[in-house]
Amino acid sequence: MTTQLNSSFRGTQDLPKWLSPTLLVSFFLASFGLQVLLASDSDSAEINFIPVAVFGLLSFTLALYVISRVIEGVRKATDRLVTIMVSTAFSLALIPLLSLAYTVVTKGVARFDAEFFTFSMRNVVGEGGGALHAIIGTVEITGIATLISVPIGIMAAIYLVEYGRGTVARLVTFFVDVMTGVPSIVAGLFAYALFVIFFGPGVRMGLGGAIALSLLMIPVVIRATEEMLKIVPNELREAAYALGVPKWLTVLKVVLPTSLAGIATGIMIAIARVIGETAPLLLIAGFTASMNYNPLDERMMTLPVFVYTSYANQGVDMQAYLDRAWAGALTLMLIVMVLNLVARLISKYFSPKG
Amino acid sequence: MSKRIELKSLDVYYKAFLAVEDVSMVIEPKAITAFIGPSGCGKSTLIRTLNRMHEVIPGARVEGQLLMDGEDVYGPDVDPVRVRRQVGMVFQRPNPFPTMSIKDNVLSGYKLNNSRMSKAEAEEITEKALVGANLWNEVKDRLEKPGSGLSGGQQQRLCIARAIAVEPDVILMDEPTSALDPISTAAIEDLAVELKEHFTVVIVTHNMQQASRISDMTAFFNIAGSGLPGKLIEYDKTEKVFSNPTEQQTEDYVSGRFG
Ligand SMILES: Nc1ncnc2c1ncn2[C@@H]1O[C@H](COP(=O)(O)OP(=O)(O)O)[C@@H](O)[C@H]1O
Ligand SMILES: [Mg+2]
Repeated sequence: MTTQLNSSFRGTQDLPKWLSPTLLVSFFLASFGLQVLLASDSDSAEINFIPVAVFGLLSFTLALYVISRVIEGVRKATDRLVTIMVSTAFSLALIPLLSLAYTVVTKGVARFDAEFFTFSMRNVVGEGGGALHAIIGTVEITGIATLISVPIGIMAAIYLVEYGRGTVARLVTFFVDVMTGVPSIVAGLFAYALFVIFFGPGVRMGLGGAIALSLLMIPVVIRATEEMLKIVPNELREAAYALGVPKWLTVLKVVLPTSLAGIATGIMIAIARVIGETAPLLLIAGFTASMNYNPLDERMMTLPVFVYTSYANQGVDMQAYLDRAWAGALTLMLIVMVLNLVARLISKYFSPKG
Repeated sequence: MSKRIELKSLDVYYKAFLAVEDVSMVIEPKAITAFIGPSGCGKSTLIRTLNRMHEVIPGARVEGQLLMDGEDVYGPDVDPVRVRRQVGMVFQRPNPFPTMSIKDNVLSGYKLNNSRMSKAEAEEITEKALVGANLWNEVKDRLEKPGSGLSGGQQQRLCIARAIAVEPDVILMDEPTSALDPISTAAIEDLAVELKEHFTVVIVTHNMQQASRISDMTAFFNIAGSGLPGKLIEYDKTEKVFSNPTEQQTEDYVSGRFG
């Protein structure tokens, strides 16, 4: 009886650490080898990697489960099974992402050169040319959209969290919810309709694109800011009130600085979200092959529209147009990546330290 | 400066709920007054009415009169912000501003209000407040470091320094030591005793030893049951409340028979 009690505390023996990775590699190699054999048997020389992965994974799972169950017992075998399932799901989720990044990078580097960043497409037919006009357009239009959306969004969020009570606040919340779901093309149409009132039909203007984008950005900024303001502990507000600080100064000097990092991150994410918008810009900013630095006049190219038109209107030298489209896509992705990095840096440097 | 506070049949409500009923008492200047009583009897509610922090909560209101050196705190023209500049408060959990350095925390009463001051003045105020809060020696070499890097007890003393830096007349403390270890608690208690040289000190405490150790006057509050308002049961000199209370309820509470 006593020996049994003692031994019941001792776990079963663990599998050696190296076993599971070794098994994984060997089963995938075996699966690969099998496919090679099968392929050489039949006429097709192609090796399909999907059966390799599926077969390798299944046999590895089965083998590890059986071994673990025999040596380690049911509980640990189940643990290993679930671990494999979770890791598989994670890898599956990662595959499209990596594959996308890989495709964009490999196809984009062909034209990712100095000319691409120093020339517009004016008078370019076939090879050469660049996307400087589109980059300038994207920077200006999203920049203006940000300048419009950030103050409005932050102030609306402050109203909702710090002041809003009753009907007005509920109404604002409702409209923010509705606006979050507005399709981007509708925002574009709205901006177009708005500008037609002032400038007549057929108007094309970078500013219109900025308005359309800010319609999409504002709800995102409001939501992000609202969440960040809500998590500022009430104790800090009370601490300020107790020092005889009026409410507006408390919001400005205690609540906002405390949540600054989160708000900045939210803004970056909002920018990243709209910088790739194509449809509304196609409508109101239009497209052009020339440089246009003035958002208040005439058509303005943007990167997403550049990618779209390069792809949609391929010239005789097809490859040149496709290469430019991919290079544009790569540039856009890099911009989004930089924005995300900036967001991380901001949240690192601005978060309350302690 | 130190002010005398007079409560005249004060009722405190949260919306329709009467949380504290009919409190009348006089809180003496240059003394420590302790509020004791079981949880939920309205000690925090009452102490927060003394600097109008109560009305920060939506729907909260006060009936009756509250006089500070004869001046009606809830008078029609009174600005709650001005009241709070004269009545400082220290909370249960230390709440230094996380975005500010130790020094800026001490000066926050000025800085948050956009008051301008010279560098020398700022340094003088900082040192005086930190010395007053018995924290100077521990932090004088790291005034520019964030306040949230201090220990809990140091943070609480930083909050006291912040409160006394603006030179209020009254200091309210709502269970200032309940989140602290015994050593930090002792430090805060010593500090409270020093503070009464200059200020009117009101302290809410759960700890009856603490009340009997440091306070001059003790107010005992109780509730008859949940949902009923808290009431002031007995208010007297601390020795009297703890050794020879008039009310049976007080006797039961201070002797640890309930609560
Ligand atoms: N913000 C609030 N809203 C509504 N009721 C409250 C609020 N804060 C406290 N109360 C109620 O007021 C009563 C007194 O609470 P409180 O003053 O916190 O008691 P104590 O500090 O003595 O433990 C309790 O019944 C409590 O539920
Ligand atoms: Mg309390």
